[in-house]
Amino acid sequence: MRKFLTMMTAASALMAASTSLHAEDVEVLHWWTSGGEAAALNVLKQDLEQQGIGWQDMPVAGGGGSQAMTVLRARVTSGNPPTAVQMLGFDILDWAKEGALADLNVQASQEGWDNVVPAALQEFAKHDGKWVSAPVNVHSTNWVWANKAILDELGIAVPTSWDEFVAALEKVKASGKTAIAHGGQPWQDATVFDAVAMSTGGPDFYKKAFIDLDEEALGSDTMKETFDRMAVIRSHVDDNFSGRDWNLATAMVINGDAAFQMMGDWAKGEFLNAGKTPDQDFLCFRFPGTQDQVTFNADQFAMFAQGSEVGKEQAALATAILSPSFQSAFNVVKGSVPARTDVSDEAFDACGKKGMADLKSAAASGNLYGSMAHGHANPAAIKNAMYDVITAHFNGEYDSETAVEELVTAVQINR
Amino acid sequence: MSYSETANPRGSVLDRLRDALPKLVLSPTVAIVAIFVYGFIAFTLYLSFTNSRILPTFDWVGWKNYENLFKIRAWDTAVSNLVIFGLLYIAICCILGLLLAILLDQKIRAEGFIRTIYLYPMALSFIVTGVAWKWFLDPGIGLEAVVQGWGWESFRFNWIKDRNMAIYTIVIAAVWQTSGFVMAMFLAGLRGIDSEMLKAAQIDGASTFALYRRIVIPQLRPAFMSAFVVLAHMAIKSYDLVIALTGGGPGTATELPATFMYSYTFTRNQMGIGAASAVMMLMTIAAIIVPYLWSELREKK
Repeated sequence: MRKFLTMMTAASALMAASTSLHAEDVEVLHWWTSGGEAAALNVLKQDLEQQGIGWQDMPVAGGGGSQAMTVLRARVTSGNPPTAVQMLGFDILDWAKEGALADLNVQASQEGWDNVVPAALQEFAKHDGKWVSAPVNVHSTNWVWANKAILDELGIAVPTSWDEFVAALEKVKASGKTAIAHGGQPWQDATVFDAVAMSTGGPDFYKKAFIDLDEEALGSDTMKETFDRMAVIRSHVDDNFSGRDWNLATAMVINGDAAFQMMGDWAKGEFLNAGKTPDQDFLCFRFPGTQDQVTFNADQFAMFAQGSEVGKEQAALATAILSPSFQSAFNVVKGSVPARTDVSDEAFDACGKKGMADLKSAAASGNLYGSMAHGHANPAAIKNAMYDVITAHFNGEYDSETAVEELVTAVQINR
Repeated sequence: MSYSETANPRGSVLDRLRDALPKLVLSPTVAIVAIFVYGFIAFTLYLSFTNSRILPTFDWVGWKNYENLFKIRAWDTAVSNLVIFGLLYIAICCILGLLLAILLDQKIRAEGFIRTIYLYPMALSFIVTGVAWKWFLDPGIGLEAVVQGWGWESFRFNWIKDRNMAIYTIVIAAVWQTSGFVMAMFLAGLRGIDSEMLKAAQIDGASTFALYRRIVIPQLRPAFMSAFVVLAHMAIKSYDLVIALTGGGPGTATELPATFMYSYTFTRNQMGIGAASAVMMLMTIAAIIVPYLWSELREKK
C-alpha cells in the first residue's frame, strides 16, 4: 500500500509539474450546490481571488456527499487528487491514515488554531499531531424545531425533560395534529436516536457506547431503554413518514401540520427561506434532557498532499477558511455556527446566537461530542451498521431487546 | 491448399494478410474486453479476499469477508428479497407477456399502434419508472389519496410504506416496465410458427385452447428461454429501480444484492465485503447462464 501511495504521490507531483500554468489555482471538490451554500462559498472564492489565486470549482451534487466521495476515490486512484475536498469526520481520518493529506502545522501554529478550535473538533482535523484539514463550521444535531403557534394554542411550554416531552407529544396528538414531523430515512432515524440516547444515558453512556464502542454499554439496559423511547417517538410520527426528505418534514412544521421536528441546524435555513422568524414563528431548543450537551458534525476542507509539502495556494486557502470574517459570513448563510469559538455572534439570529453560546460552553465543560448519526463518533462502516439496526427497529422489524443484540453484533462484524 | 502451395510468394503474403485481417481488426476489442471485463472480474475476486476498506489494498485475509457477509442480516434480507422479486418478476412478466402476445396475435386492427404502446415503457429508464411509481404509490399524494378523494374513504393502498409489502411494489413497477418487451419476444415467436400445422389441427377439430396448449406454446420454448435469461439477469442487477422507488426502505426492507454491493463498496468503506457480495452475484448469474449456454451450444451439434 505504501508503495502504491508513493507512486501515486509521484504521479501527482508529475501532474502538478505538467500543469504548472495553473499552479496558482485551487481545485475544490464539494457538494454545496444549493443557492445559499454556493453564495456562501463565493465569499471564500473572492477572498482568494484578491490574493491572485484562481478557484476551480468542482461541485458534485448529492446531499450527504457520498457521490462526492466516489468521485474523490476515482481521482486519488488515478493519481490526480483535487487540492481541497469537503469532508466529514472519520472520512478525513481514513484518508489521513492512507497518507494522502497535507501537513498544515505551519499555518496552524502561526494563527493559533489550537487555542480557538474546540478540542473535540480537532480530533477530526488532526492526525498524528498534524493538522490535515481546515474546519469550516459546526452543525449541532440535537436540536428540536417547533411551531410556536401550535405550542401556544395548546399551552405547551418548552419541554426540558423526557417526561415533559412525552406529555407535550400526547397533548399534540390529542388535538388531532401530528406531533413529530419525521422523514424515515436511515440517517434521520439515527439523528433522532443520537439525541434520545444522549438524553437517556447521559454523556458518559453516549461516549462509551458510540465513541469507545464499549460492548457492555452497547448491550446495556440503558440502550434497551433508548430503543423503548424510540418506539414512543415512532408512535407520534404520522404513517406516511418513510422515505420522506428532511426538508419536507421541516415544511410540515412550517405549515403548522406538525408540532416538532428533531433535526440538525440546517433545518433553520428552511424556516428562514419560508420567511419565518426565530422565537416568533418557530422555536429552537435542545432535545429535552440534553440542554448542556452538544452533538455535532463539522464540515471541513481536507487538503490533499500535492508533492512533499503543503502548497502555497493550499496554505492560503486554509488561512482564508479559518479567518473570522469568512467563518462569520459563511455560517450566517449556512445556518451552522463557526468552527472557532472566538468569532463575534453579532451577525447571527436568535437560534444562531444560542447555538454559538451552547457550543462555547459545551466545549469548555467537555460536553461536546461527535454525532454518531453524522459520522463523527465512529467510522463509516460501523455508523452504517448502526443505521441498519436503528432503522429496522424504528420500522418495527425488531423489538428493543433484539435491537440491542443486533447493535452489539453490528459493531463486532464491522470493527 | 494446393493453390497456396503453387502461388507466387507475393500472393502468399497477401493471402496471409487477408487471413490475418479479421484477427488484426478484432484483436484490440478482444484485448479491451479481456482487460476491462475479465481482468476486472479477476481483480474483484482478488479484492474479495483482501481487507480493502476505503481503497484497494493487498493484504490477504482469506475467507473472512465471505464469513462476515453471511453474518450481516442486510445480506440475508437482500438475498431473500431477490428470490421473491426474481421469481415474481420473471413469472408475471412471462405470463402477462404471453397473454398480451396471444391477444395481439388475433389479427386485430391497429396492431402496430398497440404494440408500440405496450413496448413504450421499455424506452424509459428504470430511474424514471421508479420515480413515477413512487408518486403513484405514495399514500399521501398517489393512488390512495385519489381514490379516497373520489369518496371511497376506507380505501387503503400503502404497500410502499409497509416493510412487509414494499418489495412487491418493486415487482409491480418492474413488471410494468418489462412485460411489453417480453410480449414483443413472444409475438415474434408466434409469428414464426408454421400456419400449415395449425390449419391441419383445426381441420382435425382442435379447439383454440387446445391449439395453443398443445402446439403453439410448446413451440415457443426458445422464446421462453431468451425471455428467462434476459429477465433473470435484469432481476439480479436491479439497482436503479430500487434506489428511485424506495431507496432500499422502509428500513432495509427492499435491499437487493446490487444495492447492498454498492453501499458496502462505496459508502461504507468496506470494499472487501462489497467485492465478496459482487462475486456472489456473479456466481448467481453464472449458475443461470452457463447451463443455458451449454445447452444451446450442444444442441447445434
